[in-house]
Amino acid sequence: MSDLQTLSSQIQDTLKEKIVSLNIACSELTIEIEGKNLLEICQILRDDPLFRFEMLMDLCGVDYLHYGLSEWTTFSATKTGFSRGVDAISAAPECASRFAVIYHLLSVSHNHRLRVRAFAVGDPPIIPSVMSIWNSASWYEREAFDLFGILFAEHPDLRRILTDYGFIGHPFRKDFPLIGNMEMRYSAAEERVVYEPVNISPRTLVPKTIRNDNRYSGDKS
Amino acid sequence: MAEIKNYTINFGPQHPAAHGVLRLVLEMDGETVKRADPHIGLLHRATEKLAESKPYNQSIGYMDRLDYVSMMCNEHGYVMAIEKLLGVEVPVRAQYIRVMFDEITRILNHLLWLGCHALDIGAMTMFLYCFREREDLLDCYEAVSGARMHATYYRPGGVYRDLPDKMPKYKVSRWHNEKEVAKLNANRQGSLLDFIWDFTERFPQRIAEYETLLTDNRIWKQRTVGIGVVTPERALQLGFSGPMLRGSGIAWDLRKKQPYAVYDKLTFDIPIGTTGDCYDRYLVRVEELRQSNHLIQQCVKWLRENPGPVAVDNHKIIPPKRVEMKEKMESLIHHFKLFTEGFSIPPGEAYAAVEHPKGEFGVYLVSDGANKPYRLKIRAAGFPHLAALDEMVRDHMLADVVAIIGSQDIVFGEIDR
Repeated sequence: MSDLQTLSSQIQDTLKEKIVSLNIACSELTIEIEGKNLLEICQILRDDPLFRFEMLMDLCGVDYLHYGLSEWTTFSATKTGFSRGVDAISAAPECASRFAVIYHLLSVSHNHRLRVRAFAVGDPPIIPSVMSIWNSASWYEREAFDLFGILFAEHPDLRRILTDYGFIGHPFRKDFPLIGNMEMRYSAAEERVVYEPVNISPRTLVPKTIRNDNRYSGDKS
Repeated sequence: MAEIKNYTINFGPQHPAAHGVLRLVLEMDGETVKRADPHIGLLHRATEKLAESKPYNQSIGYMDRLDYVSMMCNEHGYVMAIEKLLGVEVPVRAQYIRVMFDEITRILNHLLWLGCHALDIGAMTMFLYCFREREDLLDCYEAVSGARMHATYYRPGGVYRDLPDKMPKYKVSRWHNEKEVAKLNANRQGSLLDFIWDFTERFPQRIAEYETLLTDNRIWKQRTVGIGVVTPERALQLGFSGPMLRGSGIAWDLRKKQPYAVYDKLTFDIPIGTTGDCYDRYLVRVEELRQSNHLIQQCVKWLRENPGPVAVDNHKIIPPKRVEMKEKMESLIHHFKLFTEGFSIPPGEAYAAVEHPKGEFGVYLVSDGANKPYRLKIRAAGFPHLAALDEMVRDHMLADVVAIIGSQDIVFGEIDR
């Protein structure tokens, strides 16, 4: 724990006002930075002898569109009764910073980890590629592009990676239905594979319920 | 003389040496590979998206299906992330059981790897030998969870149940008469722990057998020494982990460096390679088999002497016993809520990493306080390894591609997720 405190103060001293926020939770250090400073900060994090984050362990996108929204209200009384059918969250408030890219860094020489969050701004969301700093970012960035539609500037080969050839849309966005938009089947009549709009309607099996439980109200470090 | 041109060949996705559904587009110059472009995603099931639509416990089964040869290690990563966010302390016995099964899983994984890798390079016998030993370990899986592969045994807060007191036995059938059955059941007379102990006593000789077939084998060395060399600097740049990183000479193992569960109470060594070629990675994994065997023995000894709870006594997370549920109102409510709504996790984010047989398996979990994950990201160990394939096979012969894919220990369940 003390190591984490040292690291966090070292990062604060080095990066100063470039850090938007910094917090320690579950013995993990997270810093949030702006996309425009990303490359500069990553370079420091990798090369500064204090940090030496030689490895990018993971890079992923997060879509904060439905963050904190539930499908089932837990506060209102049950006077009216609940229906079994629950509509999925549809209307979402406009959120300025919707897509974030999360970097999980690891320093093998100092044995510490750091999580960096940077929001990708604009439409389509765009953020610089860290491929020049950590080569392992290549496929992770392709994946985040494929699943979330986040563009990585200067990435040499930003193709889709996990979805099918010719796939339309970005499936991990919160407004992309779980069952998808198109389905594929073999048509015996036409003797080929055909693509059609899905013919089942989405349904929620277990509604998303947010509970402000008093179990968690205590101080947690 | 005819004009020689580069040409492109398509390798997979239905090729036995592609270890699943890898489609590789290779640009060749004669027999030499100039560029390799792996096409993945043929096994993409959107596990992470599916998990977002289900209560936490319902996704444990999906974890088995990620890397489907190291099932329980995947589960371990997932439940650790949940426990981290919940702030739950797991009982020691459950942690020993987890470590024991993690190591059994490591042996399972490495045996499958060794058998298939050797088969790819032309050593048929290895495959049969390795599967012979895997059989016993899969029986342990079956005894403890009821399933031979997709166990769903780990739960947030512990494990599903304690180790069974007796091993399932073979019965007389059309194919086995009484004498044969008695022989098959010879080491199944005691508890599961006795059976595992018996295995660990036999296993070192078996590893020696594998080594006599391969380690000094001239053909094996010709196919692996100096093939797919990765320098330590490149290994870090490319995000390698596990035996791939250790093969390149970097002593990094999460079990030692960032110990989880009870690894800090056990003794074991970390083998590392020197040159970073396929042969070194082979040696590292074979030594890991021995170390895992040693770890299992330590766990069995401890588990025999220390009975105790195997899950936290918190019915907000772990369902109450069925008998209690029938008698106590509160237990009934807990049971009902757990199986309809599931438990909620306080808002926050956590990254839990385990030393998976293939490398670092990480689970990044974002919760907004709901009963389902807001975002679940699985850091598959094989993903960065396969991403580096292009660099590793460049200027090698076509046949070496098979050796390099084999030494990366690729499983598509986790890469495509």
